[in-house]
Amino acid sequence: MDTGLVKEDAGTRRMPALSAVRTHFGDYGMLLALLVIMAFFQIMTDGTLLRPLNVTNLVLQNSYIVIMALGMLLVIVSGHIDLSVGSVVGFVGGLAAVLIVQYGWHFVPTIAVCLVVGGIIGAIQGYWVAYLRVPSFIVTLAGMLVFKGLQLALLGGRSVGPFPIEFQRISSGFIADPIGNPGFNLPAIFFGIAAVVAIGWFGLRHRANQNRHGVAPAPFGLFAFKSGLLALLVLGFCYLLATYRGLPNVFLLMITLVAVYAFITNRTTIGRRIYALGGNEKAAKLSGVRTEFLTFLTFANMGVLAALAGLIVAARLNTATPRAGLGFELDVIAACFIGGASASGGFGKVTGAVIGALIMGVMNNGMSILGIGIDYQQVIKGLVLLAAVSVDVYYRRK
Amino acid sequence: MAAILEMRGITKTFPGVRALSDVSFSVEAGEIHALVGENGAGKSTLMKVLSGVYPHGSYEGEIVFEGEERRFSGINDSEAVGIIIIHQELALVPLLSIAENVFLGNERARGGIIDWGATYAGTKALLETVGLSESPDTLVEDLGVGKQQLVEIAKALSKRVKLLILDEPTASLNERDSDALLELLLRFKAQGITSILISHKLNEIAKVADSITVLRDGTAVETLDCRGGPVSEDRIIKGMVGREMADRYPPRESRIGDLLLEVEGWSADHPLHTDRRVVKGITLNVRRGEIVGIAGLMGAGRTEFAMSLFGRSWGRNVTGKVRLAGREIDVSTVGRAVENGLAYVTEDRKTYGLVLERDIATNVTLAHLSGVAKGGIIDDMRELAVATDYRSRLRIRSAGVHQDTVTLSGGNQQKVVLAKWLFADPQVLILDEPTRGIDVGAKYEIYALMNRLAEEGRGLLVISSEMPELLGMCDRIYVMNEGSLVAEFPVAEASQEKIMNAIVRAGRR
Ligand SMILES: Nc1ncnc2c1ncn2[C@@H]1O[C@H](COP(=O)(O)OP(=O)(O)OP(=O)(O)O)[C@@H](O)[C@H]1O
Ligand SMILES: [Mg+2]
Repeated sequence: MDTGLVKEDAGTRRMPALSAVRTHFGDYGMLLALLVIMAFFQIMTDGTLLRPLNVTNLVLQNSYIVIMALGMLLVIVSGHIDLSVGSVVGFVGGLAAVLIVQYGWHFVPTIAVCLVVGGIIGAIQGYWVAYLRVPSFIVTLAGMLVFKGLQLALLGGRSVGPFPIEFQRISSGFIADPIGNPGFNLPAIFFGIAAVVAIGWFGLRHRANQNRHGVAPAPFGLFAFKSGLLALLVLGFCYLLATYRGLPNVFLLMITLVAVYAFITNRTTIGRRIYALGGNEKAAKLSGVRTEFLTFLTFANMGVLAALAGLIVAARLNTATPRAGLGFELDVIAACFIGGASASGGFGKVTGAVIGALIMGVMNNGMSILGIGIDYQQVIKGLVLLAAVSVDVYYRRK
Repeated sequence: MAAILEMRGITKTFPGVRALSDVSFSVEAGEIHALVGENGAGKSTLMKVLSGVYPHGSYEGEIVFEGEERRFSGINDSEAVGIIIIHQELALVPLLSIAENVFLGNERARGGIIDWGATYAGTKALLETVGLSESPDTLVEDLGVGKQQLVEIAKALSKRVKLLILDEPTASLNERDSDALLELLLRFKAQGITSILISHKLNEIAKVADSITVLRDGTAVETLDCRGGPVSEDRIIKGMVGREMADRYPPRESRIGDLLLEVEGWSADHPLHTDRRVVKGITLNVRRGEIVGIAGLMGAGRTEFAMSLFGRSWGRNVTGKVRLAGREIDVSTVGRAVENGLAYVTEDRKTYGLVLERDIATNVTLAHLSGVAKGGIIDDMRELAVATDYRSRLRIRSAGVHQDTVTLSGGNQQKVVLAKWLFADPQVLILDEPTRGIDVGAKYEIYALMNRLAEEGRGLLVISSEMPELLGMCDRIYVMNEGSLVAEFPVAEASQEKIMNAIVRAGRR
């Protein structure tokens, strides 16, 4: 048995530099892919992609996909799928429009009611999946049809709008600059600096923690390089936003949610249990994990996030249309899989799903600027999805 | 006789682990060659190299089979020359019938259309050879593990087999089924089929093997020839662990205290056929510091009883009372059972024990996450410390606590499952076949651990198909047959014959 330990030490020592980079760089592969795609479109569009206006648009266009990807990731990790989110987006948007425009409700109770309705929709589907054990593919396929239909019925086949300005601000508002100097928004810059400080502080604290517990952290050079790269990206991004109109409200909402969900999945017992449930439901159950309840919860959560996305979409378009939300589920699911989630459950990260959503968003945006038709855009997106997942599968098998 | 197989200088490394280093291994035609060694010694890995599971190029060294150097790039290549492996984990499709499984990938078909007549006739003949009297269209799901094992062998025989490799075929079989299987191997030998047998049950090896190769820490330490005269189990053990082992069971002074667990009138029905009562009014008790065994044949309903007790994880219409230290407790969900001090260590670690794609640390803390978390937030470092502690205490052999459990050897996986339940700190542990697939050295460690747990005043309920184990470890033994307890012996009065007699008598009634 002692020799086993010696062997292990030898093994660690043998670990070549390249594989050290690979183990410690993990998630950054995705980020690099995103950067390469951005660079590609930046060159192809003669710099249009990263113009401040366009960067702001990118955020506005993709925030709701990112938000839904957070919920979808949990659903996929737990071993299921939710096909109904696009229809829920459309239905909830329609509901908001009817309440505000036709019934004259104030927007605050409307938002509350819409989120609750989304939660109930998710809970019902979750109940069917978790407790009645009907496959999620079928339950949510049914949900997709039902809520698409209800959306049309609610709107009577017409577009309903416009919304009052306060409601529109959810999507089209910005954090105002207190000094009000045009062309350079201070809150955006402060946000960027705060984020960089946080990255540095949490990184160092983590290393200190590892050292204290006798775990060898990644080489310092690598850590500095990674953090530096991330800091540079954050600062650059905030600078671009600052030179347009600053931080969009919806961006703050999105970042907050991303942080919360990243924390839940990485650090909390509930997150851990969802991964265990997706990895081996029987073993999780026999370890005391309430597998049914957790499955139910992931769907209810997805419903709330889809409702939130529905509100954002309606506010952004300033009207609820019968076509709103159409096909969103595909983008959201694709984002999760591009981001490395496993179709059989148990694997996937919030950061991956977010980057996956951004990859989809940048491609949509870049191809539109290039004037590529909606037809070939779909072909290309499909191929990228296949390629991304194939690469992932290949490396996981190694 | 000439060597049918020679493996020379085989080295195989995984990231961070050298599983085999420069192993040479040769097997003579027509013999039964046993391969033994501790958990993680590299037995399964060596056989996977041989059968092409790890293709040529992923290891160093060469394989010579029937005088020719072979470079298998997959399991199909090795099967084509007559090397058939039956893996440690059974590889049958549960929802297909016996016949479909036997000819899976090797279908009796013409132009892609299955000839069911030939399939059934072929299966019938093969089942007869292995001594299994089941209809070929029975679903594999409906068979016990012992019979499934025989189906695996029938499947192997359906191919042109020259060298049959069995990786722990008897690990989950009771003595009777094991004996039948060994008889079968002897019969194959008479027909000229060479076999390689991996097993931790040394008495079986002593019974059938012609020669024995011992692996230790990824190297072949010796090959013993049994034809000159029988090799004693102690001699084999010495080769495996590198020293003499005086006793198989650690000494124990039992200090038995008050009543701890009382189960009264426990019954459960089959989950699908609810008219079939599988657990029939079990009443038993375990005292503090006591190790109580449940003996019985495969299919007696012992696992079903334990799982239905543990949070109704098995069966329908579960009824009965459970008291812990005199107080009635709620065990209606796993969570409540755990909270109330129960733990159940499963016999089926792959399906029910481990989240295989996750690392050791995650698995160890899964049943008691609150022990490494505050307010629902996991403290990574605390988790790491806990996992590291259990890894060294149970001597789990791995490249660290972050190795995925799927890559551990069978015995080490078992230790991870045990660690998970020890960390949950239960009052009563139900251990279902706790030493299945575990080497002698590790068994001793697990027995010692059981003793320690009992000394701490916990109660242990042990289900085992190995009667010597029950007799060696327990204070008291219940005998279960067809869902009922049919006898109870203090260990001083128990013997294998008495237990078997109780079963047979109950069966006749
Ligand atoms: N895919 C893998 N990746 C990393 N390490 C592995 C992998 N497969 C096996 N190992 C390691 O190789 C060593 C030998 O494992 P192997 O399964 O051959 O042991 P074994 O002798 O069959 O043990 P047991 O009796 O427990 O079945 C172990 O230390 C194991 O952890
Ligand atoms: Mg093995």
